[in-house]
Amino acid sequence: MLQLPYKSQAVAKPYFIAAIGLFVGQILFGLILGLQYVIGDFLFPAIPFNVARMVHTNLLIVWLLFGFMGAAYYLVPEESETELHSPLLAYVLFWVFLIAGVLTVVGYLAVPYATLAEMTGNSLLETMGREFLEQPLPTKVGIVVVALAFLYNIGMTLLKGRKTAISMILLIGLIGLAVLFLFAFYNPSNLVKDKYFWWWVVHLWVEGVWELIMAAILGFVLLRITGVDREVIEKWLYVIVTLALVTGIIGTGHHYYWIGTPGYWQWWGGIFSALEPLPFFAMTVFCFNMVNRRRRQHPNKAATLWALGTGVMAFLGAGVWGFLHTLAPINYYTHGSQITAAHGHLAFFGAYVMVVLTIISYAMPMLRGREVNPERAQVLEMWSFWLMTVSMVFITLFLTAAGILQVWLQRIIPDPQAFMGVQDQLALFYWMRWIAGIVFFIGLGVYIYSFFAKDKPETVPTGEVQPATT
Amino acid sequence: MSAMFTKAMARNMFYGGTVFFILLFLALTFHTIRQIPQRIPGETPSPEVARGKMLWETRNCIGCHTLLGEGAYFAPELGNVYKRRGGEFIKVWIKVQPTKVPGRRQMPQFHFTDQQLDDLVAFLKWTSEINTENWPPNIQG
Repeated sequence: MLQLPYKSQAVAKPYFIAAIGLFVGQILFGLILGLQYVIGDFLFPAIPFNVARMVHTNLLIVWLLFGFMGAAYYLVPEESETELHSPLLAYVLFWVFLIAGVLTVVGYLAVPYATLAEMTGNSLLETMGREFLEQPLPTKVGIVVVALAFLYNIGMTLLKGRKTAISMILLIGLIGLAVLFLFAFYNPSNLVKDKYFWWWVVHLWVEGVWELIMAAILGFVLLRITGVDREVIEKWLYVIVTLALVTGIIGTGHHYYWIGTPGYWQWWGGIFSALEPLPFFAMTVFCFNMVNRRRRQHPNKAATLWALGTGVMAFLGAGVWGFLHTLAPINYYTHGSQITAAHGHLAFFGAYVMVVLTIISYAMPMLRGREVNPERAQVLEMWSFWLMTVSMVFITLFLTAAGILQVWLQRIIPDPQAFMGVQDQLALFYWMRWIAGIVFFIGLGVYIYSFFAKDKPETVPTGEVQPATT
Repeated sequence: MSAMFTKAMARNMFYGGTVFFILLFLALTFHTIRQIPQRIPGETPSPEVARGKMLWETRNCIGCHTLLGEGAYFAPELGNVYKRRGGEFIKVWIKVQPTKVPGRRQMPQFHFTDQQLDDLVAFLKWTSEINTENWPPNIQG
């Protein structure tokens, strides 16, 4: 059995397992949604579209948070060169968060949303019913409590240990995540203000502080895999996160074009968000640069592939697909269409899903007591990488095609057509998207199977060159 | 990256840049919040509008529809539905759901009272009168 550098890193394991489990649930509901797009009454009224969508998006957020927390528990002790402040607290928080998450999903599925709102005291403080922030009040409070206790645990660990740029950037990202979530509790009756600050959670998470978390995780994995000098890696990280926040904070303005906020946001938001691909491009260059300059051949090839894949797909999904519709004159036509859905899918997958799968790929073998997975398991994992990545690219392309057609028929031609009539004409693309979704699900199945795949003895030489016989 | 550019310089750039742009964002936010009252119908939403918004939220309408382009893309844009259809049509439409047409997308029945329907329409009317810089491009949303 391989020993972990710090035995408290082991708390990351249940977090990663739960993340993968919830990921499966997310994709199952995604398949239901995809089918409802073409068979409108599928599962109605048992699971109406809005319910399935809440489950799909909320599960995504929750499992990514599980992944981020697992990543923090794994990498902070190693970076700080000290044991975690309280492994017990980490285990307790795991169960609290998992039970709260599962109960919330059960609530969505079991009772009508209005009943859920009544049961959970929404009238005390009306926070529900806004996209992605649908959670009942007790769940939202629970998220805050878990986040605070988690930050305490990570913060105390960092305080007593070595403070590296990787762990500091991760901590700033996590603090930002927790602080910005507090805006979920602000819901004025003025819709414009409500929307304005709603984006402080949604945009400033995914195009702000989450990028810090992502950069830190990538930096950690690349440092371990490539053996490149820490100074070089950390300098890159600072450049990436500078670009992320310098463009991303004012870039929030690309959501302020058409919601009642002043017209000047079309300039502020347009210019700064047009620069938002830069941090993602820097991440791509960073990943390839570090792997090219590697000082050792790490035997975990799957983790290397995930890291490189994250660099590429985050740039494509978040960077390129975001840029496509971020300028105000274009967004005027594309806003709230399937173009947005296309971007959302590839950005979340390419950036956040893949970075969590990267750290899982790197850390999970060691959490299971071996340096790397057996060869066959790695091959299967790499197959799942390609299946999921390529099918997600196709999902994005089909949604983009649907979006272009939708915008054309509904918003551009001289005699614009009504929404539902247009949707009927997009059915072909929605079917192809669904088939790509099935392939994604198969990829996910291969991914999970790879954890159980065995082959010959697990000892793989770790890059030591054997002297040639003469 | 060149050796001239040290990690300490990169770190300072990060902290300095972040603080600067947070402050700039806060300043723009301050200005925007002061402008909003001139961009909505009436300085503050009426009690009917506020109740309508609460109904909008607790029925999770955003889970299928968009409102000013934000939400799910499964059902029509409702930011301008008051202008597209008018208040009476909206009420009748909500009352007759679901249509149960086989294969069609279905909207649940919410069993609203007349008062609640009035509140909801008040909210949608209020929303349709927000200055959205002429979005959506046409009445179809």
